[in-house]
Amino acid sequence: MPLWDWNYAFDILPDLLLALVTTIEITVLGSVVALLLGLVFAVLRRLHIPVLDQVLWAFVEVVRSTPLLVQVFFLFFVLPQFGITLSAFVVGVVGLGIHYATYTSEVYRAGIDAIPKGQWEACTALSLPRLRVWTGVILPQAVPRVLPALGNYVISMFKEVPLLLAIGVVEVVNEARELGSLTFRYTEPYTIAGLLFLLLSYPASMLVRRLERRRAAA
Amino acid sequence: MDNLPQIVSVLGDGIPETVIATLGGVLLTIVLSFGAGLLLLSPSRTVRGVTRVYVEGFRGTSEVVQLFWIYFVLPVLVGFQLLPLFAGIVVLGLNHGAYGAEIVRGAIRSVPRAQYEGAIALSLSPAQRMRRVIFPQAFVEMLPPFNNLFIQLLKSTAILALITVPEVTRQAREVLIPNYGSDTLLIFGVTFVIYLVLAGLITLGMRLLERVASARLGRRPSRAARQAAKATAGVAS
Repeated sequence: MPLWDWNYAFDILPDLLLALVTTIEITVLGSVVALLLGLVFAVLRRLHIPVLDQVLWAFVEVVRSTPLLVQVFFLFFVLPQFGITLSAFVVGVVGLGIHYATYTSEVYRAGIDAIPKGQWEACTALSLPRLRVWTGVILPQAVPRVLPALGNYVISMFKEVPLLLAIGVVEVVNEARELGSLTFRYTEPYTIAGLLFLLLSYPASMLVRRLERRRAAA
Repeated sequence: MDNLPQIVSVLGDGIPETVIATLGGVLLTIVLSFGAGLLLLSPSRTVRGVTRVYVEGFRGTSEVVQLFWIYFVLPVLVGFQLLPLFAGIVVLGLNHGAYGAEIVRGAIRSVPRAQYEGAIALSLSPAQRMRRVIFPQAFVEMLPPFNNLFIQLLKSTAILALITVPEVTRQAREVLIPNYGSDTLLIFGVTFVIYLVLAGLITLGMRLLERVASARLGRRPSRAARQAAKATAGVAS
């Protein structure tokens, strides 16, 4: 038996690509959750509301210091006991989204902290309403600055999607495992799965790096 | 709550495996980070190129794929199977070493140019220049990002559950869930606490190291570096 069977590799490629679509879907939906929720966390933390501030801090620290896999199991096994049953796909999106929201919130925070104090003072001087200060002055300056960092997290999320095979989501690696178990040939499926990740995430990270350089130059 | 003692004891059985995987992974990460990090600064294009392939290869693919590849595919190619825990440590080290290499490279490059020039002006040899002047300064810069990287590594040990290593997460999933199905909240609550404590220990150790390293330079540990590290945690810049 050859170490690498090209015919077999081409046979399984369509199935793997189809599973890759699921991986990308979860990444995109998870990113939406992470980017929005992270922003909410960052703004709420900035408002320094008593109690809520401490609760949020604790939540962020716990989520950041514990494995995503355990959090996914938590959503998958604990929530149904409280009457909330989510499909594995949704658990994946929500789990990844919340986990990465705690990271993106730190990124937004760094971006917000980098806004010169004069901008805030000018807003006060113009007596802009609170909402306008955020949507019209602070965020439009803070968010573009941190786009590269956010982009890096989206790429990280993409690479963490295979964790979800533990709860039965059929993404690329799970598909590779299933294909391999049919023929007892694992070399081709896992190698192709790895290459697919590299093929997408490497150009993406190059893009982010270019964005970073453009930001640095501007 | 009645089952708390059993739950704690079963999860406790997994702690040694998690700790060994973390320590082994950290050790390998340190070796690879410094090795590859210095090679990335090599004057030779070929050396840099080969090291880049390692760094980008491991940063560009999913850790789970790397784990499965080493555990399931490598045996077919080379004819021998690694023990699950050992395979896990190798993957944790290779993966985080690739991220660590960028930390080392970045920290050494961030030492101000004037320090190099000063060392040359004092006619220190290249080895002395690195050992006495550049490295101690770069080292302090590396510690906060390495703290993040090690916590990342601790969290990654959970995926070893997928290749049957009986660490904390696997104990929770494979032993406790089937047996104490109604206590899921408790099971994962305790699991979270275990990881939190371990992460806390890593941070404690790294802060201590940071203080010692800064004191040796006659500085105080910088808060700014730690804040910056926090905003880029999880992705090495």
